[in-house]
Amino acid sequence: MTAQTIHRTTPRAAAGGGRRKPLRWGQLASQVFLICACVLWLLPIAFALYVALRPYSETQKYGYVSMPHHLTLKNFSDAWSQSDMLHYFWNSVLITVPSVLIVLALAAGLAFVLTRVNIKINVALLILFTAGNLLPQQVIITPLYRLFLQIHIPTFLGNSGLLYNSILGLIVINVSFQLGFCTFVLSNYMKSIPDEMYEAALVDGAGLWTRFRKLTLPLCRPALAALATLLTTWIYNDFFWAITLMSSGDKRPVTSALANLQGQFVSNQNLIAAAAMIVAIPTLVVYVLLQKQFIAGLALGSSKG
Amino acid sequence: MTDQELNPAAAAAPRAPRRRRVGRLSGRDKAVVAVLLGLPIVLDLAFIWGPALATVGLSFTKWNGVGGLSTKICQPNVPSILNNGCLYGVQNYHQAATIYPEFWPAVRHNLIWLAVFVFFATPLGMFFAVLIDRGIKGSRMYQSILFLPVMLSLALVGIIWEFMYSQNYGLINTVIGHNHNGNAIDWLGNPKLNLWSVLIEASWRQAGYVMVLYLAGLKAVDPQLREAALMDGTNAWQTFWKVVFPVMRPINIVVMVVTVIESLRAFDLVYITNKGINGLELLSVLVTSNIVGETQRVGFGSALGVILLVISLVPICAFLYLTFRRETQPKGAR
Repeated sequence: MTAQTIHRTTPRAAAGGGRRKPLRWGQLASQVFLICACVLWLLPIAFALYVALRPYSETQKYGYVSMPHHLTLKNFSDAWSQSDMLHYFWNSVLITVPSVLIVLALAAGLAFVLTRVNIKINVALLILFTAGNLLPQQVIITPLYRLFLQIHIPTFLGNSGLLYNSILGLIVINVSFQLGFCTFVLSNYMKSIPDEMYEAALVDGAGLWTRFRKLTLPLCRPALAALATLLTTWIYNDFFWAITLMSSGDKRPVTSALANLQGQFVSNQNLIAAAAMIVAIPTLVVYVLLQKQFIAGLALGSSKG
Repeated sequence: MTDQELNPAAAAAPRAPRRRRVGRLSGRDKAVVAVLLGLPIVLDLAFIWGPALATVGLSFTKWNGVGGLSTKICQPNVPSILNNGCLYGVQNYHQAATIYPEFWPAVRHNLIWLAVFVFFATPLGMFFAVLIDRGIKGSRMYQSILFLPVMLSLALVGIIWEFMYSQNYGLINTVIGHNHNGNAIDWLGNPKLNLWSVLIEASWRQAGYVMVLYLAGLKAVDPQLREAALMDGTNAWQTFWKVVFPVMRPINIVVMVVTVIESLRAFDLVYITNKGINGLELLSVLVTSNIVGETQRVGFGSALGVILLVISLVPICAFLYLTFRRETQPKGAR
C-alpha cells in the first residue's frame, strides 16, 4: 500500500502489546454482534415454534406472549390429522422427486454436449438456457397458463386430462425452469475436467455416450449431489407455479397448500403455527444432513464470472 | 479391442489437432448429441422462451382470454365485447403508465425493494460473511443459524412472521405495549408500514443467502494476498476494500444479479401477507392478478409482464456479458 499508511501503522505495530489489545476488542465486538444477529434470526422461528407448542386454551387466556404453564405436541397432531397433510406431502414428493431426477439427467447430458462436443452454437445455447432461468416467472405465466390449458394428456397422468391442474404440469415447468441453472453449473464443472482424460478415453475407443456415462457422470458426482440438494429445496418450496398452474387445492404441494390451511384454521393460530413448522421440517432436515452439499451447490453457481 | 487397433490411434493422437478430432463424430455419436440436445431445447423453447415471446405478442392485443385472437385493429367507441382479441398497439402500455392506479406504486415498491436489498440486506450479508470468515469461535454455528431462513419457503416466512407482526397477539406489539385495540400498530395492514415490515422479512432471508455466496467467495481469495497487504501495513478495513473485495469480482457480479433478479421476482411474501394489495403492490403481483383473477385482461397483464421482462433483461444481459465474454474470445486474447 502507500507510504502514508505504513507511517501511520508502523509505530503501533512496534508497540507490540498495544497492537494486540484492539484486536481482542474487535473479536469481542464481532462475537457480540453475531450473537445478537443470531438471536434476531432465530426469534421468529422460535416464537412460531413456541406458539405451536402451547395449548389453544392457554394462549386464549394469557395471550401468546406469556410464560408457559404447560407445553404440548397436540397442535402438531391436530394440524396433521385435521388437514390431510399427508396427502399434500405426498403431492410434494410426487412433484419434487421426479423433477429433480429429470432436471439432473437432462442438464448433465446437455452440459456434456455443450462443453465436450465442438458445435458452433454451444455458447449461444448455454446463454439461452442460463438467461431462461433468470427470467422472472411472471414474465412467462400468461401464455404458459394458456398453453397448459391447451395441452391434453392421457387421464392416467392427470385426471383433469390437461397439463393445467396436473402434477405432470408442475413437473414439466419445474424441470424447464431449473434446467438453465443446472446446465450452467454443470458445464462450468465439466470444463474443469482435464482434456487428457477424454483423450485417453477416446484412445480406448470410447464413444461419446461411454465418455458421458463412464467418465463424465462419475466425475461430476459432487456437483450433482450439491445440485440435487439445492433443487430439492427450491422445488419443494415453490409457491408461484403451484398457485397459478393448479386450480384446485387438493393437488397442490404442501408449501402452497399451507395458504389454504391458513384459511381453514383461521381461528386457531396455534394450529397454523404447528402446520407451518411441520411443512418446514423436510427442508430443515435436508439442511442439517446435507449442509455441506447445499452450500457447495450455491458456491458452484457463483464460482465463475 | 486389440492392441493393434489401439496403437495407431494412440500414435496419431498427439499430432492431430484437438478440435478437429473432437468434432469428428460417428453416426452413433451424432444420435447421442441429437438426443441430449433435443429434449432440453424443446422444453426450454416450448415452456420458457416460447411463452416469453408470446407475452410480447399478447401485450399488443386487447383480449379477455375467451374466444380467439384476430388481426383486426381495435375499433374505438365499440363495446369491448366486440373488440375482444383485436390488435391494440401500444395502448396497453399507455394505459398502464397513465390510468392504471396501481402501476406507479408498484414500480415504486419494486424500486424500494431493490434499494433495501442493495443498501441493507447485501451489506449485512457481506458483513456476516467477513466476520465469520475470520474464523472466530463458533463461526460454524453462526453460519448455520443465519442461513436457516434461506431453507424456508418464502410463503412459510410470511406465515412465521405474522406471529411477530400481528396487531393484538404479535410479539412486537406485545413487547412494546401497543397491543390494545386503541393503540395497536397494524404492521401488515397499514399501507404506510406494511412494505417496510415485509422488507424486514425479505431481508432476514436475503442476508443469509448473500452471506453464503460471499463466504464461498472469501474462501477462494488467495490468503497470500491478504498477508501481503497486512505486511504492507494496511488495517483490516483497508485490506478488505482495497484487496479482497476487488478480487471477489465474480462473486460481486453474482450477488448483484441475484439481488436485482430477486427484487424483481418478489411475489410470495406479499401474496401470502395480503395478496399484494393495499400498499404491497408489486409488478409481479399486477401481472398475476390481471391474468389469473376473475376479470382476465390478458393483453394488459402481458404488457405489464413485458415491462418486467425489459427491466430484468438489463441485469440478465450484464451477467451474461460478463460471464461469457471470455469464452467467445479466442484463448490467449486476454
